[in-house]
Formats: sequence, C-alpha cells, structure tokens
Amino acid sequence: MATRAPERAAPPRRPGGKRRLTGRHWRHMVDVKASPYAYVAPFFLLFCAFGLFPIGYTLWVSLHEWTLLDDEHTFVGLENFRVLLADSYFWNATFNTLSIGLLSMLPQLLLALWLAHLLNRPLRAQNFFRITLLLPNVTSVVAVVVIFSQIFGRDFGLINWVITSFGFEGVAWRDGTLSSHVAISTMIMWRWTGYNALILLAAMQAVPRELYEAATIDGASSFTQLRKVTVPMIRPTIAFVVITSTIGSMQIFAEPLLFGAYTLTGGQDRQYQTLSLFFYENYMRLDFGFSSAISWMIFVFILIIAGINYLLTNRMKGSIR
Amino acid sequence: MTGRRVNNRLTYLTLTAVAFFFTIPLYYSIVVASRDNASLASVPPPLFPGGNFFENVSRVFDTVPFGLAMLNSVFVAGSISISVMFFSTLAGFAFAKLRFRGRNILLLMTVGTMMVPTLAGIIPLYILMVKLEWVGSLYAVVVPALVNAFGVFFMTQYLSRALPTELLEAGRVDGCTTWGLVWHVVFPAARPAAAVLGMLTFMTAWNDYMWPLMVLTPENPTVQVALSTLAAGYVNDYVMGLAGTALGTLPLVIVFAFLGKHIIGGIMQGAVKG
Repeated sequence: MATRAPERAAPPRRPGGKRRLTGRHWRHMVDVKASPYAYVAPFFLLFCAFGLFPIGYTLWVSLHEWTLLDDEHTFVGLENFRVLLADSYFWNATFNTLSIGLLSMLPQLLLALWLAHLLNRPLRAQNFFRITLLLPNVTSVVAVVVIFSQIFGRDFGLINWVITSFGFEGVAWRDGTLSSHVAISTMIMWRWTGYNALILLAAMQAVPRELYEAATIDGASSFTQLRKVTVPMIRPTIAFVVITSTIGSMQIFAEPLLFGAYTLTGGQDRQYQTLSLFFYENYMRLDFGFSSAISWMIFVFILIIAGINYLLTNRMKGSIR
Repeated sequence: MTGRRVNNRLTYLTLTAVAFFFTIPLYYSIVVASRDNASLASVPPPLFPGGNFFENVSRVFDTVPFGLAMLNSVFVAGSISISVMFFSTLAGFAFAKLRFRGRNILLLMTVGTMMVPTLAGIIPLYILMVKLEWVGSLYAVVVPALVNAFGVFFMTQYLSRALPTELLEAGRVDGCTTWGLVWHVVFPAARPAAAVLGMLTFMTAWNDYMWPLMVLTPENPTVQVALSTLAAGYVNDYVMGLAGTALGTLPLVIVFAFLGKHIIGGIMQGAVKG
C-alpha cells in the first residue's frame, strides 16, 4: 500500500529523483499514519499502568482474602461484600457521608448560584472578587482542617467565643453527630463554594444578552431573571457541578481524619466517620480484600447518585419544555 | 436610575462581605500562628497578629523535617506539572488535529475515566508500589501522576479551537514532518493553555493528601504529610500547628494572588466546554 500511492501522488515537478521520492513519500506515509499513535502512546501507557489497570484490579482483589503480609491470596467470591453489607459500621459511615454531603452541597449550590449571579454584571474590581472567591480552594485540605479545628474548638474557638458572647452556651462541636457534621460541612463549603461559583459564572456568561434585555423590558426583577432565564439556560452546568460535588463528597477524607486529631474511627462513637475514612481504617489493618470491596461500593454509590441526577435533570427539562 | 445605583451598591456590599468571610480563616490562622498558646485562652481571643511567628516556625522545623518536606513538594509538584503539560499537549494535539484509527474510542475512554474516583484504584496501586519497592520514595508519588485524563481532555479542547487547521496544512505543504509541526506550530500555539494546566496541576499536586500519606513516611514527607504529622501529634500546640500551616500554604496563596487571573480564566474555559 505504501509503494503505490506515493507514485501517484508524486508531484511531477521533480522528475529524476524517483528513488528518493519514493523513499521520502514512504517516510511521509509512515509519519502521517503512525505518528499519531506515537503522540498518544506515552499518555496511554502510563495511564493504563497507573490509572486503568488498578481500577479493574480492585475488583479482583475484592474477591480474595488478601492481606499485605500473606503471599497466599484465597479466592472467596463475594464473601467480602457479604461481610461488608452486614457491617453496621459501614452503614454508619454511609449515613455520615450522605448527611455531610447533603449539608454541604445544598447550601453550597444555592450560594454559588447567587454569587455567580452577582458577579455576572459589569463590576469594578471583578478580578479582585474572583481571586478572593478562589483563595480557599488554593489552601490545602490539611491546612483548612487545621485552621477550622481551631475555629471550631470547644474552649478557645472563635465560633464558641461569638456564641458565648451572645449569652448562649458554647457547643462541643466534635461530640455530637449533627454538630460535627455541620462543622465538617462548613469546611467543605468554605473550600468549594467559590470554585463552583466561578464555573457557574462561566456558563452564565455564555447566555445570550438579548434574553436578559427582553426580560428587563418585560419588567422582570433580577431575582426573577435568575430563576426564569439563567437557571434553565445553564442547567447542564448545574448538573455538572452537582455530579462533581457528589463525587467529591463521597471521598471526604482529610476533614474527618484531622478534625478528630488523626483518629481513624471519626470520633468516639464514629459519629463523623465517612466512607473514605472507613476505607482507610481497614487499609491500615492491611486487610486489602475488604478495603477493595469498600472502594468498589463507593464507586457503585457514585454511579447510582450520578444516575439519579441524570434522570432528575432530564425530568426537569421535560417538564419545563 | 437611582434604583439601579442602590442595587449596585448592594452588590458591592454583599460581595465585600463574602470576600471578608472567605479570607477571615486565612487571616485568623496567621493571628494564631504568631501568638503563644497561653494567649489563646484570653477573652476576647486575640484578633491581631503577635510577635511569636518566627519562634513558632523554628519549633516546626525542630519537630518535623519541614525543610525536606518543602523541597520534596517543590520537586514532586514541579516534575508532575512539567510532565502533564508535555504529554497532554502531545496527546491533545493528536486527538484534536490528527486522523487515526481508534481516535474516537480512545478519547471517549479518556473522558469516561475522568468521573471515576481515585479511591477506586488505590489498593492495587499500593500493591504495585510495594512490588516496585517504591514505598517511602518520591517515585511512588510522582510516577503515577505523570499523566492524567483531565490534562489530555483540557488540551484537546483548547487545541481544537485555538490551532488553525490551515496553519498545519501550510506547514505540511512546506515539507514539515509531523514532529516538525509539533515543534514549530503546536507548542507555540499551546503555550497559554499549557501554562494554565501547569498551574492547576501544580496546585493539585502540592495539595494532594491521601495518596502521599499512604506511600510516604514521616521521615521523607511532602508538605501535607508533614503538616498532618504536626496536626496529629501535637493536638494542643495550636500555635505550632498553624505556624506550619501558614508556612506550607502562604507561598502558594501568594503566587496565586498574582497569577490568579490566568488560573481562573483556565478553570472557567474548561468549565464551559465540559
């Protein structure tokens, strides 16, 4: 195939160098046909070795009794999953994860929408506001938790100082289920609201101006415009934000670990142990088969929530049109 | 008209209040980091920085190998960003502008895995590091992060918009090989997006926590691992914990304050296309 085609394609203005031309064109064909693979190959080799292969292999490990110290790995079928689904600590961690996820996501989404709406107009110091919105996101999770653990401290915390100065009793934030969930959700909201606001703002800027002009002529208030024009127009981006926040909230790890001063159980009564922390607790026991089963269940939960989210978005689209 | 002006004032006021709440925790961490532990117990708590910062910092250096941690983090985040920029530009160019069999399915696979949580593959990855005898060494943190699906997706999106096909064809007519095109046309065109990708990758790598915690030791940590050692072992020494936090966070925050405009542009561009 490579020998015939170049003959036909050879430009006639260079006769004489037929052998050279063939060689050159052969090289050209190889270049055009093969070099794309050379450009994607480094990415795919590394990606398969350290990205794709481990994901599949997790399922294999989860079907075995597998610890780091044993060379023998006995096949046990779905036993790890059976034990996991009967484990009340697992369901406790699932409850905590969902509770913290909801507590942080709903207010976060509303606040982000509102902030993006405020920024989506000609303002002075636009860049200043955007940068301050993203500052918390640049701060590392570890730093965020250390800072907020101080702020939510029982005895010398800033928040309890404000509460007690209004004459109320200070809260032992770590001890209760709800109070610890509120504290952890606050950390997540602080770190991610600005980021999500910027993503929503990007989508809002792509909404045609005429729609707002028409709405203004019809006398729609700013809030009505947000509700009736902006939100329907940027629904795909809202869905994107919800899905990525869901994936993030299923993997909350540093917050409960460091809020509890590095206890793997997430409080004495496991009141704020999340699924990722439950995974980490079992990983630290070197029980790799069981922890692989946990990480697969987390993956399944994400797929379920993403599916529900997809259905709801489609439903909403259907009802409005 | 006046209604509009009042409305605008309200907007500025609200945004300023939000900016205040978004920066106050960082400010307060500096207040605590520059005090001593006894002064935290006073009522009202200290609201302005004190003079103990450098003393607290020197205690951080006595407690954990913080200098080594900074060097390690700079090395890890630096090499990961350079590698991600390079390989993502190459693959992004191939996906955006070259025709080859299997292109769509490979791209789909790349985008599809962006939604898979990192946790899903972390145990086999650890087993792999044990087999390679990389546990405790920086290889374990750097090598698995040399490429990622997001980078390829990001560069594919950018190059399919920003790189004119006519320019590539003109280069071909002039007798450029594909590599020649990459070198003379693609790399210069990719530079703005690659810079943004590099900054985003640097931030992510610098702040990464769970995986370094799993494979590194407290003797050879990254900044985040060293900080968590401080937070775990010295629970009641708030001022030292927050001095370490300030030291590990502020360089990045300051760099961000200067380059933030570009990073934000990158995040927002990626979002519209995503």
